[in-house]
Amino acid sequence: MRAGLKRHAPLAAAALACALFPLVAGKFHVDLATTIMIYAIFALSLSLLVGETGLVSFGHAAFLGIGAYATVLLSPKAGAASLAWLLPAVIAVTALGAALIGALSLRTRGVYFIMVTLAFSQMAYYVFHDTAIGGGSDGIYLPFKPALPLGLDLAKPLTFYYVTLALLAATFAALALVKRSRFGHALAGIRVNELRMRAAGFSTYAYKLAAFVIAGALAGVAGMLWAAKDGFVNPEMLAWHQSGAVLLMLILGGIGSLRGAMLGALAFVVMKEAFQSEALFGALARHWQLSLGIAIIVLVATLPRGLMGIAAQLRRMRDTREVART
Amino acid sequence: MNAAPLLRATGIVRRFGGLTAVDGVSIDLVRGSVHAVIGTNGAGKSTLINVLSGEQPADAGSVELAGVDVTRWSQPRRARAGLGRTYQRSTVFQEFTVLENCRLCAQARHARVLGFGAAAQCTASLDDARRALADTRLDALADRIVATLSHGQRRQLEVAMCVATHPQVLLLDEPLAGMGAEESATMLELLAALRDGHAIMLVEHDMDAVFRIADRITVMVNGAVIASDTPAGVRANATVQAAYLGVDEA
Repeated sequence: MRAGLKRHAPLAAAALACALFPLVAGKFHVDLATTIMIYAIFALSLSLLVGETGLVSFGHAAFLGIGAYATVLLSPKAGAASLAWLLPAVIAVTALGAALIGALSLRTRGVYFIMVTLAFSQMAYYVFHDTAIGGGSDGIYLPFKPALPLGLDLAKPLTFYYVTLALLAATFAALALVKRSRFGHALAGIRVNELRMRAAGFSTYAYKLAAFVIAGALAGVAGMLWAAKDGFVNPEMLAWHQSGAVLLMLILGGIGSLRGAMLGALAFVVMKEAFQSEALFGALARHWQLSLGIAIIVLVATLPRGLMGIAAQLRRMRDTREVART
Repeated sequence: MNAAPLLRATGIVRRFGGLTAVDGVSIDLVRGSVHAVIGTNGAGKSTLINVLSGEQPADAGSVELAGVDVTRWSQPRRARAGLGRTYQRSTVFQEFTVLENCRLCAQARHARVLGFGAAAQCTASLDDARRALADTRLDALADRIVATLSHGQRRQLEVAMCVATHPQVLLLDEPLAGMGAEESATMLELLAALRDGHAIMLVEHDMDAVFRIADRITVMVNGAVIASDTPAGVRANATVQAAYLGVDEA
């Protein structure tokens, strides 16, 4: 009981800090925190594939983009769509997209899976980039943010912040339940030894496809929030660098940990903002991609288990020192 | 030995390019008996297990399980129907406990794909796992993390994970590999105990163990069967002696 409390205390403290953050932060920082939470949902969704199932997808941005475009294209032109039907509709559209892409991609393994998912996301990118479906390369505007019940208004940054926080909490809770479920344990078994799981009687393809669909649908939720926040969607959301960025978030935070996925999203966005700041880095800020790249290389080299592994790494260093002393 | 076979393989052929790894092998496995398959490295024994379990498709031939043609069934479907297998190299889940390893394997029979109930509360899987651990004498180690087990215990767990899936047929690929004398003796006792409820096919290099436990022995050379007989019959077979046991034909 006490161990459980100790384990969950940092998460509870982080949740409380998120809930109280807008009371002390300015508009810019509330907006930045909202962006981080959207990225955190995106990273959590990929964590189900990479961390739990061992499927490294390099095309996850496709579902972020499909979710965002679905939000805009499903919304009426003359008024706001109700979030009550828009959210399930966006989830259904991205789940369908994930089912189609997953059904084909999961026929491959290892590096081929990575390349096939990348190819599918680039195909999705060019569908929106080269056709008039979503305004071509110029993108498309969402004139009205989705409507909420009880007179709540998503146009208010504070309301948007708390809705995003609620959806992040729901995503985290859902994935934590999946992780400890029979389905989640089967995914863990597939990650460790798929051959063994098939020999035991698991139709591993069906399990992997289910995980792919759930991950895609959750990425769609992040896409919906992104579209609603910015009021604008363009094909860049589906581009390969977005898929690379979300993979980096997982690596930064620590693969296999839901908390690590959220921490990785926080670290990635904060570093990106910091390296773009002329106040902090002067002329180098114009080359922020270079600084960010170097920082990520250093972090990955020094923290092989990501930020979530720091405590264990410090414990090991302390133990090694103590052994050397004796 | 006149009982109807639980598993009947007829004319199994498996080719890899120009190499015929299994060449027209037929074998019957009967409940309550251990059927050993012996042969030099590369004789096609493991490939035969792969084909019987459905891990690799047969290029020709058929496999019947309890009278049902399962030749075109996938490996998971065959496993759920009662065709269990172990591997030459341990394929246990190192980070899990002994009980969790068995529970996970047992889960294949009980859970739908989208089973979102807590894994630890799936009583049917847990019951199967505990029964398998009792059957394989690993119940005292149920809560141990697998990474801390000895090699022999891991080999035992490999069998326990297979037993947890409620198999009728056990295809055991070198369960004694790398074991010391004491561990081998324990495993042989375990196999003798499992013989009662199962049809066992044992691929093994330890000839002392094979001749001690097998009711029937099939000898393979270059993918083909050169003899299939009782242990005494195989021991006396001149072709086997020449090809495998290293005795010149007079």
